[in-house]
Amino acid sequence: MAELFDFFLLRPRNDDHSRFESIDVKPATTPTRSEMSVLLQDGLSGDNGAYGRFLEGAARILRGFCARKLPPGLPGFDAEDLVQEILMAVHAKRHTWRTEEPVEPWLFAIARYKAIDAFRKHGKRIEVDISDHVDAMFVEPDVSGLVARDVMKAVDTLDGRTREVVTAISIEGKSIEETAERLDISRGAVRVAFHRGLKILSERDAS
Amino acid sequence: MQTDQLIAQLQSDAATKPRPSAVGWGFITICAVVAAGLALAATVGVRPDFSTAVETVRFDFKFLLTAILAGTALVALTELARPTGDRRKLGLLLLPFALLVGSVVTELAVLPASLWEARMVGTNYASCLTVIPLFGLGPLSLFIYASRKRAPLRPMLQGALCGLAAAAVGAFFYAAHCTDDSPLFVATWYPLASAILVVTGAVVGQRILRW
Repeated sequence: MAELFDFFLLRPRNDDHSRFESIDVKPATTPTRSEMSVLLQDGLSGDNGAYGRFLEGAARILRGFCARKLPPGLPGFDAEDLVQEILMAVHAKRHTWRTEEPVEPWLFAIARYKAIDAFRKHGKRIEVDISDHVDAMFVEPDVSGLVARDVMKAVDTLDGRTREVVTAISIEGKSIEETAERLDISRGAVRVAFHRGLKILSERDAS
Repeated sequence: MQTDQLIAQLQSDAATKPRPSAVGWGFITICAVVAAGLALAATVGVRPDFSTAVETVRFDFKFLLTAILAGTALVALTELARPTGDRRKLGLLLLPFALLVGSVVTELAVLPASLWEARMVGTNYASCLTVIPLFGLGPLSLFIYASRKRAPLRPMLQGALCGLAAAAVGAFFYAAHCTDDSPLFVATWYPLASAILVVTGAVVGQRILRW
């Protein structure tokens, strides 16, 4: 609520100045502005050399910040890339800095914004070793909608020789040779019976 | 690319091109007000009994409320359009909210309970819900445009604030047309109509106010 009153009475918010005055200690005659603030201010008013020095100084300050903020393991994006993205944003938005305010909070506000932005953009491509997650990713093999019991039931509806052949090959996993030997018929007959059985099952499944 | 090269590039860019700028908020606000005013004049117009209505408290209160909402929302949105904007300015929005609540309480106290429902529902709710968003479209576009030229750290919040300010401007002019003056009507339908613009602003802001 104090905020509201301050706003409407156009009263500056209580800050250190009033406290200093109340105990009769003179505030510094000119508030010391950081070198960076002066450089950007000069840069914005046309001193190109000052602007360049500001950007170099900003890059130096930001390097530490970026190394701390950027999580490791973003492929194709390192702290120096983030430094450059921040510098470009600073350049594009340099008119949003008010020359009377210190430049550092403004610089770091932009830096934080771009760090979060970079994490959103590049963080999605984080590469993860899938061998740690095999259990979570294991999917039941597709049995075409049939579970074992349904298969048995379907096979049971076949008759005579056909059923024996399909049971032996599909369910017991016997080879054509073994089946032919056991039923004492030719391999050709086993193949014919097997295919006929599968055809009947698939037609019944489709209907 | 090396950072040194980038810096040299940015430096030469600053030397050759004019520095980026953004249209002033004062000008944007005037344009928004004119846009909504023209929309009123070109469409539904002011109510026939406007000159007698201005003598009633309830009618005038609608303008007071919407003007204060527009003012506080604009202060908040211009502040948050800068990276170092003070987020506490959002607290200003409590003022129009308190005003609205106060007016409802007063209205309930002075009005017999039998009239409450009729005054709340009113007769113009359908036009209220369509005309306020329509009047607010121009201001919303202007506020979003001006925010885009700056550097809001929360694109979605910024868009929502643009929607709220636009709704207030739209509602200010709609109030001159609407014949429902009871705070019960205002507190029911104006916020609903505003919500349409706030949500629109938030969705648009989330998409185009990133930088």
